Amino acid sequence: MIENKLLEKLLTDIYNLYGYDFTQYSKASLQRRINSFYTKSKITDYAEFLEKLAYQPYFTNFIEEITVNVTEMFRDPSFYKALKEKVIPVLATYPFIRVWHAGCSTGEEVYSLAILLKEAGILDKSLLYATDINESVIKNAKSGIFPIQIMKNYTENYVSAGGLADFSTYYQANYNLAKFDASLTKRMVFSTHNLVSDSSFNEFQLIICRNVLIYFNQELQDKVLQLFDKSLEKLGFLALGSKESLRFSTIAEKYTQIDTKDKLWRKSK
Amino acid sequence: MEKKQIDIDLIVMGGSSGSLDVILNIFTLLDEGLTIPIIIVVHRNKNADANLVKVLSAKTNLIVKEADEKEFIKSGNIYLAPPDYHLLIENDKSLSLDISAKVQYSRPSIDVTFQSASNVYKSKLLGIILSGANSDGAAGLATIKKNGGRIIIQDPATAQIPYMPQQAIAQTKADDTFTVKAMAFYINDLVK
Repeated sequence: MIENKLLEKLLTDIYNLYGYDFTQYSKASLQRRINSFYTKSKITDYAEFLEKLAYQPYFTNFIEEITVNVTEMFRDPSFYKALKEKVIPVLATYPFIRVWHAGCSTGEEVYSLAILLKEAGILDKSLLYATDINESVIKNAKSGIFPIQIMKNYTENYVSAGGLADFSTYYQANYNLAKFDASLTKRMVFSTHNLVSDSSFNEFQLIICRNVLIYFNQELQDKVLQLFDKSLEKLGFLALGSKESLRFSTIAEKYTQIDTKDKLWRKSK
Repeated sequence: MEKKQIDIDLIVMGGSSGSLDVILNIFTLLDEGLTIPIIIVVHRNKNADANLVKVLSAKTNLIVKEADEKEFIKSGNIYLAPPDYHLLIENDKSLSLDISAKVQYSRPSIDVTFQSASNVYKSKLLGIILSGANSDGAAGLATIKKNGGRIIIQDPATAQIPYMPQQAIAQTKADDTFTVKAMAFYINDLVK
């Protein structure tokens, strides 16, 4: 077990050795995931653990396991409905639309947004930049291939989100996999990006970052929100997860929440 | 009931099917002046029960709220784990949320909250397991016990679905198994 004190040491060691800074992550949940990785790996002591982490594939796997990659298409359908009704009509008035999906994980929510944009007839003038700290999930997202057995679930979400088409027209089923249409993937740009250490790389009209900030402490949350603020055009939109908020951040005064239930803000200054 | 000198700073309570009635009953019996905060983790459908806070609030004058991430645990408040999130406790006694994989087929998972609370509160934690149809919570209670905290299990004979309390009894040694009324009185007695 990695107890509290050792956790601090591990995070410092990881930062010094590999440049990944987890020191400002919320400790309770990070510690739980590190410990579950530690137990699964059958490591006997800390020195052995650190030695193993020096091995690149092991380290990549470690990063994958301690960051959360649970996601789904049209997660919180009411959020997508709000996006469709309140944000997309505004985006439609722009000649070119740039969206940043920060912390996109395996990409399910990027495909969800692409579908909404397609149905609004504006996908062809949109570019969806999707980033994550994890290389392997990015690969997954790029492939556009998801397990077929969850499609039923996603179809329900899609319908509750106000989807217009037959959801199955967006993918081709092949054995137990569903491959999403290339017309969606074509408008996506995938890349690794670490919200803790990497900087702004473009200016967007919509930034979506849902259920990522909950893993950060308040200081880091604020830092990341400032990064988003820097990367967002005036009158641009910011979307967060259902339990996340701008309330305590230093950028709050520049933003107006446009939907009280679903976490959507518009930059006013 | 035997009077003991117990120093409890936080109560964590978990249940699944059949636990809501028990929680409502306990709430009607809680002292208004209860100063020990309570965290409740019940398994529920992620799209349903937006009104659970309202339903629970109607039964007590204590403040009942859904847990917000990074908020500090306040004396006399009752926090409810939000649907579809695990609820954890940080070292500084603030709450944090996590949407990682389900544990025991559940999110929120009782084990996750109990273990995380135990890591912070150690012997000053009271864990309570109520009626339910899966074994979530049993491992959490075992952790609480190991760290010197107190644990109470609803008497399976009084539980609508006895499986969860039975599993808890099988995996750890309860300090007491109580009827619903006895649980409420026990909690009220902690502050006297």
